[in-house]
Amino acid sequence: MKKYYLGIDLGSTTSKAVIINEKDEIIGRGITNTRANYKVAADIAREEATYDARFTLLTQRLQEEIDSKPEFKKYMKDIRSVFQYRQFKRRMDSLRAMLLKTVNEFKYNNKEDIKQALIKILGIIEPQIRNEFVNENLGSKNQFFRDIVSERYNQEVEKADKLVFEPLMLAFDKSITPVENEMVKYNFKELIDESMNVLDEKYKGLLDQPEHGDKEDWYYAELNAVKSNYKNVESTLREHIDQIADEDIHISNMVGTGYGRALLPFPEDCIKSEILCHAFGAHAIFPNTRTVLDIGGQDTKAIQVDSHGLVTSFHMNDRCAAGCGRYLGYIADEFGISLNELGPEALEADKEATICSTCTVFAGAEVKELLHNGEKRPNILAGLHKAIVQRAMSLIARSGGVRNEFTFTGGVARNQAVLKYVKQMVTDSYGELTMNIHTDSIFMGALGGAMFARRNIEVDLPSKKKKK
Amino acid sequence: MMMKGNIGPTGQKIPEPDVLLLSYTGCFTFLKWFETLKREYPNAKVIMVHTPYQENAEMTPEMTEYMVKQFKEEVIPQFEEVTGIKYDEEKLKRHLVLAKQAEDWITKIFETTKHKPSPIDAYFAGVYYIGPINIGFRGTKEAVEYYKELYSEIQERIRLGLGPITPEGEMKEEKYRLVVEGPPNWTSFREFWKIFYDMGAVIVASSYTKVGGVYDMGWRHDASRPLESLAEYCMNCYTNLNIPQRIDLLTKCIEDYDADGYITNSIKSCNSFSAGQLGMMREIEDRLEIPVGFIESDLVDPRYFSYSNIKNRLESFFQMLEQRKSMQTISEK
Repeated sequence: MKKYYLGIDLGSTTSKAVIINEKDEIIGRGITNTRANYKVAADIAREEATYDARFTLLTQRLQEEIDSKPEFKKYMKDIRSVFQYRQFKRRMDSLRAMLLKTVNEFKYNNKEDIKQALIKILGIIEPQIRNEFVNENLGSKNQFFRDIVSERYNQEVEKADKLVFEPLMLAFDKSITPVENEMVKYNFKELIDESMNVLDEKYKGLLDQPEHGDKEDWYYAELNAVKSNYKNVESTLREHIDQIADEDIHISNMVGTGYGRALLPFPEDCIKSEILCHAFGAHAIFPNTRTVLDIGGQDTKAIQVDSHGLVTSFHMNDRCAAGCGRYLGYIADEFGISLNELGPEALEADKEATICSTCTVFAGAEVKELLHNGEKRPNILAGLHKAIVQRAMSLIARSGGVRNEFTFTGGVARNQAVLKYVKQMVTDSYGELTMNIHTDSIFMGALGGAMFARRNIEVDLPSKKKKK
Repeated sequence: MMMKGNIGPTGQKIPEPDVLLLSYTGCFTFLKWFETLKREYPNAKVIMVHTPYQENAEMTPEMTEYMVKQFKEEVIPQFEEVTGIKYDEEKLKRHLVLAKQAEDWITKIFETTKHKPSPIDAYFAGVYYIGPINIGFRGTKEAVEYYKELYSEIQERIRLGLGPITPEGEMKEEKYRLVVEGPPNWTSFREFWKIFYDMGAVIVASSYTKVGGVYDMGWRHDASRPLESLAEYCMNCYTNLNIPQRIDLLTKCIEDYDADGYITNSIKSCNSFSAGQLGMMREIEDRLEIPVGFIESDLVDPRYFSYSNIKNRLESFFQMLEQRKSMQTISEK
């Protein structure tokens, strides 16, 4: 039986899970928002990683076809998105039931109106989300259930009658948390079957559609290939699905890390500090790494590592999370835009507004004052991003500076504007050096954990046997 | 305590002072303390002695002369005036002989941590050991007796192969040997100690036990030069050393006591300690290639002691030590 290892990074904002094989290769990743119930967050992340692992195994088996035939490539991309939609749909059904139940228990006089408004809203957003998953690749955007639903729900509630606004918001707040904390078990095979049906329908529909001239050639090449060959892909896929669905992804050992690590139901020697895990993960992806900067939800870590990926010294922010990921979250709320839009807008700035304080508590006041003074939004955002990086730079300096190579990890590494200023300031202070950023940056802690899990077994077992 | 009638831990009222004597270096905090004390005790006489820093890593004859002059012209006459007793140099000499004896003992006591496992903790328990010599018993027979007794007790622990005693009980296994720089956190002293106890970490040397005098390098009170010797004592306290001297002293401690790691507890309320700590840590890390850790809290302000923050960092630090130790054993094999 093949052995797999699991790392779980229970952060303050997101929980991440990574599954690796015996060669330290990532075969599954899962991420979810950390909620009050840490165990559920860890379990969901782990489930996600297991599904992802099955997809990886499936992709590996079909690698030849995917490389040579565009219809396979397109189909595999589509099916993942639809698969995520089917998962989403299960939870959405649960949310719908919960919302209706909550509204039914209301004591408002206009209860019936509220209920009708709710049904109307759900009738709008459900197909909207389905369309975004099936046709527009929403699945690849790494958004969480709560974010996806609340963004669209809020939009519709704002359009609704004033008399139902408050109750509808209340109904959502009351319903979302229990639904989010519900551990929904999915059957991989069932979901895949459902997804294939959805795709079948989608491609059938495509056959009748005329081509528009507004997309690039490769897009049509893929689409045309899939249009005429999807039945063929389906049958090949079905040959493998059963085996993959039944394959036992046996976790031989696991390690938990992150802020919530002490709350994970793991034995003590399976819990590791996130500093060591982040460094180890970053070092595994980029073996020449000597300095790691990790900006997470509530802390910033500057870590120095040696050639083995072991930590030699580290520094982190103290008691105050100013300038960390959560700060960006508040800023996004303040501007009423989503977290993903912050970076791109900041990149449109023509100059950076001067920011006095990266204090999260005062962020709103600071932003309002700048707006009042007539500062443009992109410039304010640029200033805020720059301020965050300045804080991180002082932490790096305290930990011993930047040595070549420099690797940037954590959720905030996904933000393009932060990246821009990190590159700029590191180069200004430490000269030209190699800077690594990976698409899996947010998973580095979980990866390091999984790698420790694999080594624990290798290192410990022989010595334990000797003792006996 | 002062605001609540000055009732001490024994339940008795602490008597009002007749004299407030301050030997101060560059730190203004002390001046402010004594300004406040003066308001509390308007009848007390305030005497200030200015102690120069060891700016160039030495105590020059001029510096000593400057201090002795203050003793002769300020301190002695004012004490004579308040007490009505004449300055008796012979009596001072007798006390200085005893002071030197106690200093010899305390040096021997802090050297016992070279033993593995270390029989005592030189930071958390060390602050108790420096108590008698620093507070009230310097230059007395009692202090000498105390240290003699303590020394023989420690010898017994070494003979039995026992580790340090802590509030949580006896330390079972010495997993890590550390040198700590900076004062402890008094408000959460026990929790702070327990984190180290839980990890099996023993502090084999600390700078804080040297604030009341640095005896490691051989300096002692000298009865043949009583006032000069008092002056040198003031100038030779740990926080009066310059940064390179502190680095040398700590490096020597790490090497002599075979420490596995070095930790700085940086506190907000004492600039005499905290200024330069990061630079010192970097220099020590470079010189010795030893794992270093940096935590932040405070001596007196409980709000600055964040248990989970400090525990998180120390946990990371200890796991880092553990990892490096296991890598070393692997590469040695």
